[in-house]
Amino acid sequence: MTALVIAEHDNASVKGATLNTVTAALACGGDVHVLVAGENAGAAAAAAAQIAGVAKVLHADGAGLGHGLAENVAAQVLAIAGNYSHILFPATAGGKNVAPRVAALLDVGQISDATKVVSADTFERPIYAGNAIATVQSADAVKVITVRTTGFDAAAATGGSAAVETVAAVAASDSSSFLGSEIAKSDRPELTAAKIIVSGGRALGSSEKFNEVLTPLADKLGAALGASRAAVDAGYAPNDWQVGQTGKIVAPTLYVAAGISGAIQHLAGMKDSKVIVAINKDPEAPIFSVADYGLEADLFAAVPELVNTL
Amino acid sequence: MKVLVPVKRVVDYNVKVRVKSDGTGVDIANVKMSMNPFDEIAVEEAVRLKEKGVVTEVIAVSCGVTQCQETLRTAMAIGADRGILVESADELQPLAVAKLLKAVVDKEQPGLIILGKQAIDDDCNQTGQMLAALAKLPQATYASKVEVADGKLMVTREVDGGLEKLALSLPAVITTDLRLNEPRYVTLPNIMKAKKKPLDVVKPADLGVDTASKITTLKVSEPPKRGAGVKVPDVATLVDKLKNEAKVI
Repeated sequence: MTALVIAEHDNASVKGATLNTVTAALACGGDVHVLVAGENAGAAAAAAAQIAGVAKVLHADGAGLGHGLAENVAAQVLAIAGNYSHILFPATAGGKNVAPRVAALLDVGQISDATKVVSADTFERPIYAGNAIATVQSADAVKVITVRTTGFDAAAATGGSAAVETVAAVAASDSSSFLGSEIAKSDRPELTAAKIIVSGGRALGSSEKFNEVLTPLADKLGAALGASRAAVDAGYAPNDWQVGQTGKIVAPTLYVAAGISGAIQHLAGMKDSKVIVAINKDPEAPIFSVADYGLEADLFAAVPELVNTL
Repeated sequence: MKVLVPVKRVVDYNVKVRVKSDGTGVDIANVKMSMNPFDEIAVEEAVRLKEKGVVTEVIAVSCGVTQCQETLRTAMAIGADRGILVESADELQPLAVAKLLKAVVDKEQPGLIILGKQAIDDDCNQTGQMLAALAKLPQATYASKVEVADGKLMVTREVDGGLEKLALSLPAVITTDLRLNEPRYVTLPNIMKAKKKPLDVVKPADLGVDTASKITTLKVSEPPKRGAGVKVPDVATLVDKLKNEAKVI
């Protein structure tokens, strides 16, 4: 029984979500191999070989693999899938894009967003925005799983010394091509990896106020910035800051929710945070029902005061 | 060019579901059901493409119980031309739905298939990708902008950290993200008109699809409850608690 983890990477380095996925793979009970499918991704493959607990790294390098196109990455996974009992992807935008293609072509079901490995064939996953937890058992020959990274600790990024084996890259599909990307450059920690998150809601009122009020607090705390769906829909914050059922699922050490009422869809994305602080002037806001520390106050006064006090 | 838009009937997003006390599932008796919000965005996008003259016909399809006809009527009230219900009282998991949709795709030969990225009940986020794989079509998931030009499809996708742009050959599969569009309000005259649009009902067996699944739900339980903490009177107390009690800063 061997599990294959599909690494999330940018060709130069391995993304943090891969480490949590390795932990989930180890919990399935067998050896763990990691596939690095990329273009000029030797450095990422070398980094994957350092991950504690990884027995082997498979490195496929080809022109169609550099940008993670689903058609090509899925074909690459299928080319080696026969050797594995479990195929695990991080439940990131990239992993969620590719995994179901692999499952469908293997004619097996997929277990999405696994938060716990109960046994080699039984897993827990949240449904209904986390309002219920389903325990599911798969009788499929291969278990294709996406792993909710907040459910598993990160494996150590160093300490391993797996062999890197080169595998032939599949031919690139001509039906899909990558034109470009706009990835926001930021000195802040990545939202899903941040230890502290400062998140704002609709109460901020505008994009300018969102930045003016929350940025100093995030700077002071070394935090990532997040937002509720209401704030994103209103255009106060970019979509990839969205925390919630259909956005990012986060579990930082400290989550500061400013002007967020706490709809169930938002709570679904952050309620596993270690400590939650809510700042809201509405005493009835549902966010207070999950907050460790609730401050009933006008955020436009309280947040700057917080910055000055810290 | 035809567009196929699969839609799912789900518990309305405003309903807070309860786990059944016997752990067999969530209680959906007598709760409000609606079209999955992401599917509404998919229907809207298809109808807009028709209004722009890019597509000629919008076909809504739903897989599930008889009452999914209501969901199809909603799609037709937004502007879909006709509906297909693949009727089954069995539990249909994403792979089974993808197989049913593949059979419909084979029959209807649409140039484009637009689905919601995820259903808000099972939160699976699988069906579009699975359909694309089974139908051997390229995919663009989490779309926030769609353009059809020179027989190609240009899609801007929401990815971690920002946006990505892909060019796909047609036919292709798109799944929608929140910012793709804002679905229109359905008007009463359009609801009346939708009642007269054609709606075909077929069975999985008619499509030659076995919908059995090898994934079984053993139990459904309440998530661990997070107790409410304390209210603090002022910022100074908050900072003190964070530093000395929670020790997180």
